[in-house]
Amino acid sequence: MRKDGLVSVIDYGVANIGSLMNMHRKCGIPAERVSTPEEVRSAGKLVLPGVGSFDNGMSHLMERGLVDALRSAVLTRGTPILGICLGMQLLGRASEEGKREGLSLVDAECERFQLPENSGLKVPHQGWGRPNLKRPGVLLDKVGPKTRFYFSHSYHMVCGDESNVVASAAYGVEFTAMIQAENVMGVQFHPEKSHRYGMELLRRFAGVAD
Amino acid sequence: MKPRVIPSLLLRNDGLVKTVRYEDARYIGDPINAVRIFNEKEVDEMTFLDISATTKSSGPNFELMERIASEAFMPFAYGGGITEIEQVRKLFTLGVEKIVMNTVLSHNPELVTQVAEVAGSSSVVVSIDVRKKLLSGYRTFVRSGQVNTGRHPVEVAQEMQERGAGEILLNSIDNEGAMEGYDLDLVELVSQAVDIPVIASGGAGRNEHFRQAVDRGASAVAAGSMFVYHGKLRAVLITYPDYDDLEDLFG
Repeated sequence: MRKDGLVSVIDYGVANIGSLMNMHRKCGIPAERVSTPEEVRSAGKLVLPGVGSFDNGMSHLMERGLVDALRSAVLTRGTPILGICLGMQLLGRASEEGKREGLSLVDAECERFQLPENSGLKVPHQGWGRPNLKRPGVLLDKVGPKTRFYFSHSYHMVCGDESNVVASAAYGVEFTAMIQAENVMGVQFHPEKSHRYGMELLRRFAGVAD
Repeated sequence: MKPRVIPSLLLRNDGLVKTVRYEDARYIGDPINAVRIFNEKEVDEMTFLDISATTKSSGPNFELMERIASEAFMPFAYGGGITEIEQVRKLFTLGVEKIVMNTVLSHNPELVTQVAEVAGSSSVVVSIDVRKKLLSGYRTFVRSGQVNTGRHPVEVAQEMQERGAGEILLNSIDNEGAMEGYDLDLVELVSQAVDIPVIASGGAGRNEHFRQAVDRGASAVAAGSMFVYHGKLRAVLITYPDYDDLEDLFG
C-alpha cells in the first residue's frame, strides 16, 4: 500500500538524517525514515540524502538492496524522488570520484571542481550560493533578492541533457545546482540547512502529487 | 562568492559564555535563545565549542546538541570533548553538520581520518589554537589553550589536511576577545600552506576585520564577542551584520 502525503527519507547509513528530519518537523511536513526495499517501493515520495564519497554511497545502497527498489519505484511507479547533495549525484550514471555505476535515473555524470588558476577558491566548496534559474522547476520557479542555499561538495553534476538543469550556481565556474527530469529531482545544496529558502523548497517537494 | 561569516559560540555546561584570551568566561545567556535569534538573522553557519567538555572529561553534551540541532536552520559545527568515533556518529545522528576537533588530535590524530570516512572531509573541522611566543614564534596549544604542543601551526595544518580534514578553524589565542582584528600574518601563513579552507578566528570587532582576513587568504571568518556584545561596555546583545552589508563588504 502506498503512503500518500508522507515524505520517506532514505536512511542508508551515509547521511545526516537528523537535520533533514528536524527540518521537516519544523516545516510541519509529515516525514518518516525508511531503510528497506519494501518501504522504498511503497513510498509516496522519496528523499535520498547523502554525504561522503560516491562509491561509499552506492555500496551502502547496494548492501541494503535499495538500488533495484529505487529504480523500480521511480521508473515504474513514477514515485517523485529528491536527491540531496551526494544523493543528487547518485541519481546520475557515474562520477569521476568513483568506479561504481550510479542509479542512472538521469543522464548525468559528476566531475571534480576544476577551478581557474588564481581564483583564490578552495575545494571543497563550502558556503552559500545564489541559484541562477535556467528554467522554472517544480521546486523553484523564481529567485528572490536574497534567495540562497548552502553548498558543501567537491564534485558537481554535468547533465547530458541541458534541459534537465533547473538552476546553476557559481563557484569559480558555473555548475549544476538543481535538476529535474520529470519525477526525478535533485539539489546539490542542503535545503535542510538553508533557512527559509530551503524550507520553501522542502514544502514544495512535499506538495508534489504522489 | 561571499565568504561565510560564522558566529563562534562558547558553551560551558548548559550556558553560553564568552572569554578573553581563553580566560575569564562570562555568562552570556541561553544557547537555544541565541540560535533562534541567529535563525532570524539568517546567519551563514554557527560553531559551538564546549570549553568545559575536555577539561571535565565529560564528553559532548548530547542533550544540548540535540536541542540546538532541532532549532538550527543553518549548518552548524560542534567541538569539545570528542575522543572517539562513536561520539561523532551520535552527533551526526542528532543533526550536527560538522565536527570540530582539537585536543584529541595531539594523541589520536587518526580520528580525523575516521570521521572523514564516516561523513566526508567537508564535515571535519580541525581547530588549531595558536599563541605567538616571544622566542619560538607561533605555537599550537591544546586543552583550551593550556598545553603547548611545541608544534608550528603550519605543520599541524598540513598534517591534518593530509589526514582528511576539510577545514581548518584557525584561532589566535592572543587576539581572542580583544575585538581589535585577526592575527593577519597567521591567517596568511596557514592559508597559503594548505589547499583546504581556513576559517580565521580570534579578534574580530568590526566588519572590516572580516575583509582583512579574507584579503589575506581566509575562506571564511568566525567571530564571538562581536556577535554577542554591544558597545564599549560590552552589554550582551546577540547581533549579526545585514546580508546586504556583507555583500557590499566582500563585493
